[in-house]
Amino acid sequence: MGVLLQQAVNLLQLGSIYALLAIGFSMVYGIVGLVNFAHGDIFMVATYLLFFLATWLFSMTSSSFAVLLASTALAAAAIGLLAMIIERVAYKPLRGAPKVSLVVTSLAVGLLLQHLVLEFLGPNSQRVPRMVPDIKFTVGTVNFEFYQILIILFALFIMLLLNQFIRRTRTGVAMRAVSQDATAASLMGISKDFIISVAFVIGAAIATVGASLYGMAYPIFDPYIGQMINWWSFTAAVLGGIGNIRGAVLGGFLLAAVMVISPMVLPVSSYRDIVAFSVLILVLLVKPSGLLGKRSIQKV
Amino acid sequence: MRVKNFATPLLVVIGIAITFALSYYGLVNAYYLQIAQYVGIYTIMVLGINLVNGYLGIFSLGHAGIMAVGAYTSGLLSKYVLTDPALFPLCILLGATAALISGFVISIPSFKVRGDYLAIITLGFTLILKSLLQNMEFVGGARGLRNIPGNTNIMWVFIWLVIAIAAVRLFINSKYGRSTMAIREDEIAAELVSVNIKKTKIVVFGFSAFLIGVSGGLLSHLLSYTNPNTFGYAMIAEGLIMVYLGGMASISGSFLGAALWTLLVEILRPLGVWRWIVGAVLLIIIMIFRPSGLLGGRELNIGAFLRQITRRDSAKAALEVANGGK
Repeated sequence: MGVLLQQAVNLLQLGSIYALLAIGFSMVYGIVGLVNFAHGDIFMVATYLLFFLATWLFSMTSSSFAVLLASTALAAAAIGLLAMIIERVAYKPLRGAPKVSLVVTSLAVGLLLQHLVLEFLGPNSQRVPRMVPDIKFTVGTVNFEFYQILIILFALFIMLLLNQFIRRTRTGVAMRAVSQDATAASLMGISKDFIISVAFVIGAAIATVGASLYGMAYPIFDPYIGQMINWWSFTAAVLGGIGNIRGAVLGGFLLAAVMVISPMVLPVSSYRDIVAFSVLILVLLVKPSGLLGKRSIQKV
Repeated sequence: MRVKNFATPLLVVIGIAITFALSYYGLVNAYYLQIAQYVGIYTIMVLGINLVNGYLGIFSLGHAGIMAVGAYTSGLLSKYVLTDPALFPLCILLGATAALISGFVISIPSFKVRGDYLAIITLGFTLILKSLLQNMEFVGGARGLRNIPGNTNIMWVFIWLVIAIAAVRLFINSKYGRSTMAIREDEIAAELVSVNIKKTKIVVFGFSAFLIGVSGGLLSHLLSYTNPNTFGYAMIAEGLIMVYLGGMASISGSFLGAALWTLLVEILRPLGVWRWIVGAVLLIIIMIFRPSGLLGGRELNIGAFLRQITRRDSAKAALEVANGGK
């Protein structure tokens, strides 16, 4: 029982991070129809930026909580700007081009970011400074740490905030309109370019928050971290139904469940990836548009 | 017309003779020969990817896994079973046949699942296979398969390349080729004019996997080793880049993409890490100006190109005559 509760906390922690990353994937896909393979590398750049910001801020103040909030907010703004610039320079000229050329461009952008970081910051692993007080809780037989609670609550807060933003604000309504029917939305006076920029900025900012939380749980990082994150968040987004933000959250937690439960059941933990992808393939064979995805109607 | 029919086989024979001389007498710098072999092997792979991603219009990421099947099967065979170098073509053929079967398996989800969902299933196939190879000790596990006989030389690459190009050309101009492109344009409309969708998809996936398997086998016998990490993210990305750089649904585009990317990576080698940065920027620029690749949907045809130029000249001349006559 204790073990199960322990693993449940781990599941929620990992699922929160996957969900935040999958949201960025899904949101951009819902608005532009682009599978943004540079998302993982944007996450990686965000991790580096957070690392430098935190180190710099620690030289001014010793309050670790202030450093955490300030570095995350600053990095989210900067990475949002970076995503907007990437969209304007690399993706915007390709409006109306076949979708695959957008995909290839996003692969190239990812390659570019990864190797720029490799060139200027080197291939060595780094360690994120600890920003959360090292407190352990023991409830009955279950041990969990303060950072785990913080990750889950912080992620939940961001998801609720995003939900309110999309449901209540004018921009949020405009985003939903564009994702339903871009042509009709632009006839109603919605600037499509603005909405696309907003989607990229929000996706990247949420990925930065994800990077900040990821750093608490897994502090070691290097320039190759983006690739793995990329495929896992893509998987989570597709599992839930790509383009659907709630689906992305569901997919994130489901993927985390597979990742946490399969090593408990299986004798060899290295078979984890195999199980994760087998589950994914099975889900897609039964529900070809993901769990919450709309079944697209094909018209001739 | 008779001369033309005669010219192609003659060129092929001359090519085989030249490559035979190159591979057994060491006339050219081994480094250049190595690059030429890479270009040939990648062209075969890109032709295979192009069949599914270009001609059939399905976005698949399975090529790295299929290539691993070809590379490991042929590598194991020539290392342990068919050790005689004379049996090398048979090893490649059997490796490609194993890849063909894996292609059949991948084609099954494509009946029902579409678009990006299918892409992730094929990605899943690649990653599952990579994980399996890492965990199986008898193929070397994560260390990979070592000491595969280095039987690949420029002659074999050339012969397989000619076979691949001829087979793809024949296929595209056949009934199946037309069905394939009909499915790409509109699957439901194709079904209405009685194209057998399932059969065509199975055949195209199988054929594509066969070619990718051949390239995998040739690659493992060129490098004399193979390991699971060769067939990971980098191979998926590079394969896609070569296909979309050269142009979708184009045979000459496949060659162009493979040759340009391989040469680019080699020429920029002195730049170290910067070559990936320059390569990525170039790719973005090409995609912005030519979104469906350099030769998307077309073939490089020197004869037609010349004819077009002369026609333009004669049109201009006719226009001048007409203006002068006024």
